[in-house]
Amino acid sequence: MVILLLVWEAIGASGLVDPLFISSPTGVARAAWQLSQRRDFWTDLQVSATEFMLGYGAALAVAIPLGLALGLSKRLQYLIGPFVDTLNAVPRVTLLPLIIIWCGIGIWSKVVVVFLGAVIPILINAQSGVKASEARFIRVARSFSASRFKIFSSIILPGVVPFIFTGAKYGAGRALLGVVVGELYASTAGLGHLIADAGNTFQTDVVFVGALLFMAAGLIVVALLDVFEQRFERWRPSPR
Amino acid sequence: MIAKLEAQDVRLDYLQPRSNSQLRALAGIDLKVMDGEFVSIVGPSGCGKTTFLSVVDGLIPASAGRILVDGRVVTKPGPDRAVVFQDASLLPWRTVLGNVRYGLECLKVGAREAKERATHFINLVGLSGFEDHYPYELSGGMQQRVNLARALVVDPKILLMDEPFASLDAQTREVMQEELLQIWLKAKKTVLFVTHQIDEAIYLSDRVIVFSGRPGRVKQSIPVTIERPRRLAVKREAHFHGIEDAIWSLIEEDVRAERNQVTLT
Ligand SMILES: Nc1ncnc2c1ncn2[C@@H]1O[C@H](COP(=O)(O)OP(=O)(O)OP(=O)(O)O)[C@@H](O)[C@H]1O
Ligand SMILES: [Mg+2]
Repeated sequence: MVILLLVWEAIGASGLVDPLFISSPTGVARAAWQLSQRRDFWTDLQVSATEFMLGYGAALAVAIPLGLALGLSKRLQYLIGPFVDTLNAVPRVTLLPLIIIWCGIGIWSKVVVVFLGAVIPILINAQSGVKASEARFIRVARSFSASRFKIFSSIILPGVVPFIFTGAKYGAGRALLGVVVGELYASTAGLGHLIADAGNTFQTDVVFVGALLFMAAGLIVVALLDVFEQRFERWRPSPR
Repeated sequence: MIAKLEAQDVRLDYLQPRSNSQLRALAGIDLKVMDGEFVSIVGPSGCGKTTFLSVVDGLIPASAGRILVDGRVVTKPGPDRAVVFQDASLLPWRTVLGNVRYGLECLKVGAREAKERATHFINLVGLSGFEDHYPYELSGGMQQRVNLARALVVDPKILLMDEPFASLDAQTREVMQEELLQIWLKAKKTVLFVTHQIDEAIYLSDRVIVFSGRPGRVKQSIPVTIERPRRLAVKREAHFHGIEDAIWSLIEEDVRAERNQVTLT
């Protein structure tokens, strides 16, 4: 990692490649410092974070219960399954112009894009988690005359937890993608907006800062989810 | 006198979805078990012993015939019966205590009482100190003892036990056999006990039922008239060996028949 940074710095300083294309770690650091002094940068950050949290939060709130319900009920699956599959098959970006028309270029269009990106992977994972629940555990529950609710809460739900986390992590990436793409396409504020502006005015350093911020956001979200998941998974033997 | 448990011409066909055909596992089981009787079932592997216990428990509906408990037809599992499953099937996300308590939770027994009763049976199967361990931290034999405690704790009138001691070492097995007989005697339970160990079946039972090879039928019912309480030494007496040999030859016929069938096809 350190070596990578040094090499990057060396190439930038050597003048072999125009700094316009690749910038340099010190250049990026300087740009980051300058950005952090600007009020509108913090507004951008806040706007993007808000879009992410609203869209991703709504996706979790909708996808987990709906995915569980789809896994439990054949009828519901026949009813809603085709819509899910269609939505999954369409690249959500193609809907972007439509969403902008409906929701404007403020944050709500981005919230919708983020939501649409994240909702599907979470939903599909929750659904397959229910389907993967083990017959022998359900047999034990039935043998003890467990109620349907008890079977759900004591057998199916614990089995679905790792699936939900897998979906949530994957969905987090899709949600961030939604923020960038949405803001690049049409926006008045946000980190994507900042990147687009910087790109148009050849401020390579700033583009790098934006990209790094998104990367960091992705890593942080996944790390948080990992910590949270650990608390549910104490019963699992470690692989070694 | 009305039987505690009665199987009337119980048949079971498994649907095999891949070939869309039926596999006959049980071909007309007739069996009466009296209240407080200890009955073992032996028979070649795959003859339908586990299947039969599942039907008795009400987990699988019989394809034909019926099961009666106290003269009433069984349609689903109930608290009067509990199964010690062949594969321990402990819930991996629950501790030993959580697993043993499970049946009581399903019966909506209050938390404190459930914990007390569960702890009692954990001690009984020799696992005190392991209450907070997860199943992956236990040996196969220990898991099997949790499985046993989980069934005992709900205090069923009928215990359906599927090779409960199969993964125990000889010493632990004999201790557990003693414990089981004590519980059976004290709590006046009716036991249906599946095993591959013929000496175990004889030592424990009032009667040993020999199943034929698949599809399972009752081939013979052999009463064991050895007086109780039985000392471990009876396993070395001539009378005991006599019964053992008789059962062996009954099963051997079927095992051979099955193997010949396999080599022919
Ligand atoms: N869920 C199932 N679906 C289809 N066939 C099954 C199923 N369970 C068991 N069988 C078949 O039914 C027959 C009886 O199985 P069962 O498990 O009852 O035998 P068993 O006597 O308990 O054998 P073992 O002594 O090896 O435990 C076997 O031939 C098996 O292939
Ligand atoms: Mg079996």
